[in-house]
Amino acid sequence: MYDANKIIPGLIIFALFMTFPFWYNLGAEAYSTPELELPEDYERCIESTEFMRAEHMNMLDEWRDLYVREGYQEYWSELKQESYPMSLTKTCMYCHSDKEEFCDRCHNATAVDPYCWDCHIEP
Amino acid sequence: MKAIYSLILVVALILIAMIGAGAMGMGALFGVIIPYVAVLVFIVGFVVRVVQWGKTPVPFRIPTTCGQARKSLPMFKDKWNRLDNPGTKLGVVGRMFFEVFLFRSLFRNTKVELHQGPHIAYSSSKWLWIFALIFHYTFLVIFLRHMRFFTEPVPEIFVTMDHMDSMFQILSPALYLSSVLILVALGYLLLRRLLVPTVRYISQPADYFPLFLIIGIVISGMLMRYIGAFKTDLMPVKELAMGLVQFSPTVPEGIGTTFFVHLFLVSVLLIYFPFSKLMHLGGVFLSPTRNLPNDSREKHHENPWNYPVKFHSYQSYEDENRAVMVESGLPVEKPLEEKAEEASGDETPDENAEKKE
Repeated sequence: MYDANKIIPGLIIFALFMTFPFWYNLGAEAYSTPELELPEDYERCIESTEFMRAEHMNMLDEWRDLYVREGYQEYWSELKQESYPMSLTKTCMYCHSDKEEFCDRCHNATAVDPYCWDCHIEP
Repeated sequence: MKAIYSLILVVALILIAMIGAGAMGMGALFGVIIPYVAVLVFIVGFVVRVVQWGKTPVPFRIPTTCGQARKSLPMFKDKWNRLDNPGTKLGVVGRMFFEVFLFRSLFRNTKVELHQGPHIAYSSSKWLWIFALIFHYTFLVIFLRHMRFFTEPVPEIFVTMDHMDSMFQILSPALYLSSVLILVALGYLLLRRLLVPTVRYISQPADYFPLFLIIGIVISGMLMRYIGAFKTDLMPVKELAMGLVQFSPTVPEGIGTTFFVHLFLVSVLLIYFPFSKLMHLGGVFLSPTRNLPNDSREKHHENPWNYPVKFHSYQSYEDENRAVMVESGLPVEKPLEEKAEEASGDETPDENAEKKE
């Protein structure tokens, strides 16, 4: 092979770059999905688990706009046939009171850093 | 037609993943086996292809010269173009840097137009350059951003990258700028092939297929993030991804079909990569027209594949055939005199010797 002194180091860099996740996790503990600490007093959230999983960020985004900009105060939950204040602190965090045991678990695992906490403080 | 053929191929791949992983529940095949095979084929195929290129001799300096060479004429002494006609290693490094990171040869793209009858006008055309640049860099950002699924804990650099990519905080989950930019760039690259008649004429399925494939990957990825019905729970996705890279693969419950479509298209891209034009990722470094210094006038370059070359000089040719040449009246540089005396007495053995040779 010609120019092996340049091509082979180049290929080694390529292989190291492309196999990064394989060697980065060497020696680390086997990954498992983090467990969430769920509130004991309540069976259900204000919407179904599937809905909350997929749409909680949208719901909070809408609440923010509705409450701060439109002046609405209450969210009607079809599931529970009850209305709740549109408030991260008063509603969500009333049950999920520990950010570190609930919010952060998944957010950290997927490197999501929501900007809720730019304004809100943890109760 | 070539575009439609490629589009049908990509749609068929999407259907295969939808039926296989979705309807028939072959999660292990689409989530574990195919991705492993794909990564293996990609890396081994890439290395083999580059080694093949490395074994190919480059007998001459063949850089494309886009400026005055260093030692062409005395009047150009101070005007030689260090980047576009590099005569030194440093110049080549500079040229390669701008080629690899900024696509300089695309920047020099020109277009030819006819103006008012027979007037030909050349003008610069930067659109391909700018959209190619946007496409490649957003692809890199997206590739690196995905490392959040393959690392635990996620290194700070990928978190920062995520932040910067979603800095405008539009929508929730926040819209990535790279998602929008790559779609715009891919849209340009596709429309260019479809709408510019000259480019369309030379476009092959091998040009359309990777474009449609990458568009499919981008769209399936965006659906999973932004569009309600296609949203995929990231926690089992991360479990699957981490299982793959820690060599303890699992296929957790609750992963949507869209994810398997996305993963299957990525696997196909990886498998297709080493056999296709996408190998320009490695090829850009091995382009003799870019990576050779134009120093043929200063250095003697030997043909690398069969040096020393066997040659047959005229002198030895004449020595071998002088007798025959003189006999048939051809002019010779050295007269026959001495040899003729020897040859006249003993003509037959000489002829025999020639026949043996």
